[in-house]
Amino acid sequence: MNAPLEPSGSASLGRSPSMPLEIDSLRVRRGARDILRGVSFSVATRRLVALMGLSGSGKSTLLRAVAALEPFDGGDIRVGDVELKPGLRRPPSPDPLREQVGMVFQFHCLFEHLSALDNVCLAPCHVRREPMSDARARAAALLDRLGVGQRAGALPRELSGGEAQRVAIARALAMDPPLLLLDEPTASLDPARRRALGESLAELAASGRALLVTSHDDDFVRDFASEVLILADGEVVERGEPREVLSSPQHDETKTLLRGLVR
Amino acid sequence: MPLAASLVVALSLAPGHGEAQQPPAFRWAGDSEGGAPYVEADPQHPERVQGLDVEIAELIAKELGRASLFVQIAFTSLDQSAARGDFDIALDGIEDTPARRASLAVTLPYYEFREVLTMRAADATRFRSLADLRGRRVATLGGTTAYELLLAAEREHGVDAISYDDDVHPYEDLLNGRVDAVLLDNVIAERSMRRMPGLATQPDAVAVGHYVGILGPTRTELRDRIDGILRGAMADGRLEAILRRWLVWNDDQPNLYARLTQSSGEAAPGTADESTAVAGATGTPRPSGWTTARQYFPSLLSAAAMTLVLSCLSMALAVGLGSVIAIGRVYGNRVVRVLFTAYVEVTRGTPILLQLFVIYYGLASVVRLPAFVAALIGLGLNYAAYESEIYRGALEAVPRGQLEAARVLGLSDWQTLRHVRAPQAFRFALAPTTNDFVAMLKDSSLVSVLTVMELTKQTQIFATNLGSWVLPGALCAALYLAMSLPLAQVARRLEARWSAPGAA
Repeated sequence: MNAPLEPSGSASLGRSPSMPLEIDSLRVRRGARDILRGVSFSVATRRLVALMGLSGSGKSTLLRAVAALEPFDGGDIRVGDVELKPGLRRPPSPDPLREQVGMVFQFHCLFEHLSALDNVCLAPCHVRREPMSDARARAAALLDRLGVGQRAGALPRELSGGEAQRVAIARALAMDPPLLLLDEPTASLDPARRRALGESLAELAASGRALLVTSHDDDFVRDFASEVLILADGEVVERGEPREVLSSPQHDETKTLLRGLVR
Repeated sequence: MPLAASLVVALSLAPGHGEAQQPPAFRWAGDSEGGAPYVEADPQHPERVQGLDVEIAELIAKELGRASLFVQIAFTSLDQSAARGDFDIALDGIEDTPARRASLAVTLPYYEFREVLTMRAADATRFRSLADLRGRRVATLGGTTAYELLLAAEREHGVDAISYDDDVHPYEDLLNGRVDAVLLDNVIAERSMRRMPGLATQPDAVAVGHYVGILGPTRTELRDRIDGILRGAMADGRLEAILRRWLVWNDDQPNLYARLTQSSGEAAPGTADESTAVAGATGTPRPSGWTTARQYFPSLLSAAAMTLVLSCLSMALAVGLGSVIAIGRVYGNRVVRVLFTAYVEVTRGTPILLQLFVIYYGLASVVRLPAFVAALIGLGLNYAAYESEIYRGALEAVPRGQLEAARVLGLSDWQTLRHVRAPQAFRFALAPTTNDFVAMLKDSSLVSVLTVMELTKQTQIFATNLGSWVLPGALCAALYLAMSLPLAQVARRLEARWSAPGAA
């Protein structure tokens, strides 16, 4: 059984030149507040794009809009061949968006009542209707590849922060999405683990997926991201190759952000 | 308005008001709920009571030179209340039984009645005696000699004895087919025949009994004075006049009076003979408490089984329906939410007794539910409202992140509920649900009003016949605990297992 660190889709390769994620003039309002005011960018296959910005800059809202967990008010989001429109979405069943994007939450949100292994097999079993034995074998292989194979039987509350995060990544990968969203994956990790995680994510990107990651960690972004976007006041104020942007920030917000990160 | 007047007098003389030379009011007790023709609320003036026992009480009060004051006591509590000394005397068509004679002071009998069998007119030739009623449901008032007779007939003839809390509903249920015959005093039977066409009564008495007044066990002096007053009223025709006014005078009474007034001794021998005759028919001479306990234990056990079965089935219904309501309120559209919310509020906002009466008696003209089914539905529907609130709270206590994680993975709402939300909510709901199950075991005693013979009702009958609550109460409590404690134990284990599964 081969665990799909690479997307199983020769389909996705042969499908089209379309990007795993294209965002055009995305606007989000909450009450009287503009959270995002016209953000545009795209994430291509084999790229790891990092979103940086002060708290409240709209990073998480952007990820949640892409995953259709929150509605947006203007612009366009295209995830693979699924187009999201402004306003409340009535998802079709089954929802094709879910095959295109996976998400790893900041606090993991593992299913509390299920073991690590069952967390990973739940969706393949019930959404893809894979036979239980196949799903379990694939899940076990995925956990192995992510270095938490020995914790397969543990419940979420018995896992450390780093272990829980790897299980959450395995859970998202089990559905084999071309685009993977990660919200603050480095937040609860010590430097050594941050490095190991970065290597895993870079490997995921290299093997043919698109990754969009929010982060506060400039070292992590410098070492592993292929591109960085700086969000401030709901707009992209700076973008480019991480070493360049982070070494010689042009925008005031970027400078403030980096000053805040100096420890 | 003699009673109203006497009430005013009585109130002004209530203890604490001083007025030393005025004698205290003559406090007499009865149950005005459905108590015709003995004691009933006056249809024109519901705050007053009327009936043959009302007039006898007033006659006695007048002879004693005291104002009469009526005390309302539930019929089944009259004995215990007399023993406690809540009143001077109870007069309410109370039967002379060995148990009463053993535990209370009892007046001489003032009326002789016959236990008679009533059936639908069409069955008059089929059901001539209890022996003809094998496998049939025969109803009567609980805690009476008639009920003892039916229990004896259950063993002897295989009839199915059904106990009611009042003497009106047995005849109504006879007419609408829930029971096949009623065994009760001729006074009640004749009155019901007048009120409800389509009934017939067998002329032969199944047994003979007497009505007496009951007093606290130490009140023998007052009892003797009252016996004297009753003898006087028998001799000069005042008692006859009262009984004629209430249409219950018949040829049995002069014979009784003759026997009683001849022998002016303390215990009229005729009385003792007659009451033993009734007791003899039930096959229970007055035994010791322990012997009675042994005798009653099997019926207490089967009543406990009824309580357990009814509680389990009702709880299953409540859990199932409660889940549906909770899910409807969390996931449903506006209409569903409004309907279910209304159901929950109406059910929680009205007494369960009222709901049981409506389901059993109120709906009888539409659907004639058997008592057990009505009890099960009534308890189940009522508890469903409470369970649904627990489950709704539990569903809403599952963190949002869990649901979003499921959504991102592509699970449908239903799959998320089934595989993520419900299993987690279940843990939150387990303890309160167990708590409600224990409450259900005890609340199920309410369905005795629908003639279901469960543990509390059986205990009450036991206590009435024994004339004491001590032993029956202890046995009853032990049986309830034997049911509820293991349940609590199981719940603790389940909770322990699910809160720390790694440790298991």
